[in-house]
Amino acid sequence: MSEIMQEKETTLYLGPQHPGITGNMMIELKVTGDTVQRGRTHVGYLHRGFEKLMEERLWMQCFPIVCRICVPEPDPNEENLARGIEEIEGREVPERAKYIRTMVLELSRMATYLLWMGGQSGSAGLYTMPQWTVGDRDYIIDLFEELTGGRVYHMYIWAGGVRRDLPDGFAGRVRKVLDYLEERLTDYDRLLFENAVFLKRAQGVGIIDKNKAEEWGVVGPPLRGCGIAHDVRKDEPYEVYDKLDWEVITHEGSDVYSRAMVRRKEFEQSISIVRQVLDKMPEGPVYNPGPNPLKWKVPAGDAYVRTESARGEFGYYVVSDGSLKPRRVHVRGPAYVHGVSLLEKMLKGMNIADVSFIMNSLGTCPPEIER
Amino acid sequence: MMNIKGALVPFSALKFLGKKPHTVRYPLEKKDTAQRYRGFHFNDLEECIGCGTCSTICQNEAIDMIQLDGVEAAKGDSGLRPRVDNGRCCWCGLCVDMCPTGSLSLTDQYLHTSPDPDSYLLIPGKDNPEMKENISFVKSDSEPLLQFDRVPMRELDGAERVKSFAEVVLGYMQEEARAEATRCVDCGLCVTACPDHMHIPEYIGAIADADDETALKYIYDNNPLPEMCGKVCTRQCETVCAIGHLGEPIAIRWLKRFATEQFPDPAAILNPVIAESNGKKVGIIGGGPAGLSAGYYLALRGFDITIYEALPKMGGMTYAGIPKYRFPEDSLDKQIGYMEKVGVKMVNNTRVGKDISFDKIRKENDAVFVGIGFHIPYTLGLTGEDLENSIQAVDFLRDVNLGKSVDIGKKVVVIGGGNVAIDAARVSRRLGAEVTILYRRRVQDMPADWEEIEGAEDEGVHIVPQGIPLEVIGNNGKVKSIKYGMAEMVADDKGGRPRPVLIEGDEHILEVDTVIGAIGQEADYSFLPKEVMDELKIERGRMVVNELKQTSIPDIFAGGDSVNRTADAISAIADGVKAVEGITHYLLDE
Repeated sequence: MSEIMQEKETTLYLGPQHPGITGNMMIELKVTGDTVQRGRTHVGYLHRGFEKLMEERLWMQCFPIVCRICVPEPDPNEENLARGIEEIEGREVPERAKYIRTMVLELSRMATYLLWMGGQSGSAGLYTMPQWTVGDRDYIIDLFEELTGGRVYHMYIWAGGVRRDLPDGFAGRVRKVLDYLEERLTDYDRLLFENAVFLKRAQGVGIIDKNKAEEWGVVGPPLRGCGIAHDVRKDEPYEVYDKLDWEVITHEGSDVYSRAMVRRKEFEQSISIVRQVLDKMPEGPVYNPGPNPLKWKVPAGDAYVRTESARGEFGYYVVSDGSLKPRRVHVRGPAYVHGVSLLEKMLKGMNIADVSFIMNSLGTCPPEIER
Repeated sequence: MMNIKGALVPFSALKFLGKKPHTVRYPLEKKDTAQRYRGFHFNDLEECIGCGTCSTICQNEAIDMIQLDGVEAAKGDSGLRPRVDNGRCCWCGLCVDMCPTGSLSLTDQYLHTSPDPDSYLLIPGKDNPEMKENISFVKSDSEPLLQFDRVPMRELDGAERVKSFAEVVLGYMQEEARAEATRCVDCGLCVTACPDHMHIPEYIGAIADADDETALKYIYDNNPLPEMCGKVCTRQCETVCAIGHLGEPIAIRWLKRFATEQFPDPAAILNPVIAESNGKKVGIIGGGPAGLSAGYYLALRGFDITIYEALPKMGGMTYAGIPKYRFPEDSLDKQIGYMEKVGVKMVNNTRVGKDISFDKIRKENDAVFVGIGFHIPYTLGLTGEDLENSIQAVDFLRDVNLGKSVDIGKKVVVIGGGNVAIDAARVSRRLGAEVTILYRRRVQDMPADWEEIEGAEDEGVHIVPQGIPLEVIGNNGKVKSIKYGMAEMVADDKGGRPRPVLIEGDEHILEVDTVIGAIGQEADYSFLPKEVMDELKIERGRMVVNELKQTSIPDIFAGGDSVNRTADAISAIADGVKAVEGITHYLLDE
């Protein structure tokens, strides 16, 4: 290669249409050869202003909105908003509703991990995996459709509990899907997690500085992939996580591979959690009614609640001034940290082909970055 | 080191080459949707009342309420129906969960593609009647968003009540009123049903917001006797309440009562602005709700108002007819006192035609408002009706209310099924009598308020339905017993309500000391001079008036029971309020 070619810096635009991940954002890369010298993320293609929109809506009207904040994984949003309001109001949630919520959250985690498996392998050039996992994810989505009436946006968890009880025989069908997915894990292992191509691409790539990770605000599988046992479900148990038998999964290595293995094991763990939920779920009501939604005033106060989403700690800061509408709802999503500030730090010296690969491993979700 | 295993295991996927795919099927087969699937809307147009709650809750503003051919506005139905913009809808189904009647649902249909944007506008139920078969997501009974149960009203115990004339209904406490007011969905169907079109959603909203002063201002905007209405109104509003379709209607009457009872002196809150005198004088005959309402609002507009009342106190039937356990006198005094403050002149104990002539009033005033009510009772037309102790409910109630001593003995029979009959029965119980109500039709046919009927039963009043009085039997000129026959209900061929027909031979005799007739009243026009009577148009005992309550004689206006057929206080108030417009228009040409 000539000296000129080696030194010439080129600008490369990755995105803004689905830059190897779902959603719209752009990464402006300064490259020499196929090495990224530095990069900048550009967002603004998906800003819908949900936080502001909520300030102009009745409390109840916020529930159909929040699920849109993260398209692949809407449920933690619903759960967070509901729990934030419940905390301010002091409203009790029926025990059965808590179990159902936990089940929904774990099913949602599994659906998200399946989509991630597809993305992660797709960005490594392994195209059979996405066909499988997107197809298998449909079985979970079918369950959601049956439970909530919606496939992608469930609008199911709301303040006071959940919207409807389980349909007849639902638990049995959930178990069937769980059994199927558990069986499929062997295939996933063969095709992705043990695949020599994947190992070659993933091991030692996209390393997050373990000592800085917490300081930078890294959460979720990327943090647990650094061997740090941080999981909201354990640190500050919500719903019924403290009544279930499970351990925080970590993996040493801080690279794409370790993050993948955390997710792989958590997928398996979620199957076990949902089974426990189904075993222990009590009978009873699923909704503790609140006031008429048209005249529903949440007492003045604020609450910060957090959920462990598939991408990491997900927080909602809900403020009420005692009126019919929220004064402020602030969403703290992991994707902003992972997909913007952390990614920009990591881009330097990266191979162009690894950019999407690493974005996937960080769980970047542009709709959630922008909200 | 080469990872041989890792390079080989992926090839195990080859075994799936023959597997049937589960996401895409050719030729395209339609997916079986789940039972709760949230697809296009369907609306049962018959059941829908056009309350617009779906439109209000929709956070996408995807639903608007439009007029449809063939759907007419009626009492309790706005005549509007929802139209959904499927380009905006997010199928959250809040509209379904909020629908007070349960008419709206979502179906399992979800496919629509067209380059024509207008085709995305769907009038559920009209544009897609076939989707009735596809209803999937429906309102849940066990997870309701609306509150269908009324906050219960505290009342005196039945046994306790009959001991005195103490007010039976105790009224809401603050917390209770707020909770009850919160149930309202602001649809406003009640406003159209109220004869006086009071600002119901506004004052209920203010009560829910803990702003009782604003509530009072809304209430007094077109009703100067709200505390009375808050206690005894026939509340046609509640019969059409959207929440009443699947639950108990909002306690509109009790909420109005709550708001008015918060303030001992309405003047302190309302600070009424009285217009400068315009030099016009209006004489009002009859100090009932119609006359008082006309007088109050006319006085506010600068008219010189004098009300002439035959009884010792203003209030008309609300003073002389309604028992004190329903409408205590101090509450009446409070409201009359406020009107006096506004400048309404009240002349009591003055019967027009006897103490003062109608002509004199007409001469001294620029316009006259006649609100004389119905005070002459219909007679039963039975033998023995003229015996001693065969009396009329209106006379009986008036005497009791005016504090006269009335001897009704130990056993009383009341004939009739209206509110007056129930009042007479409950008052008789309080005077210590055993009371039987004889009514020709079934209990559910009784025109009386169901709460009144229940109240009477709680107090030990015995109701004999389908009983037709045949003869009052006397002894020494006094009532001794009453003979009545049982009737069976026969369906009316013309589609009217079933008629009672006597069953031959099924006759009974009831020993009683007093017979109280309560089968209706009529107006007494004897005070009107002949030339006025000749000119005044009267049909079926009621004066004929135009929109603005003007009679066939331009300077004479009329309202209340002697004009309208509903014959209740709120209709009388509505007449008075309307007459204010009429008189202002007539005298000031405004």
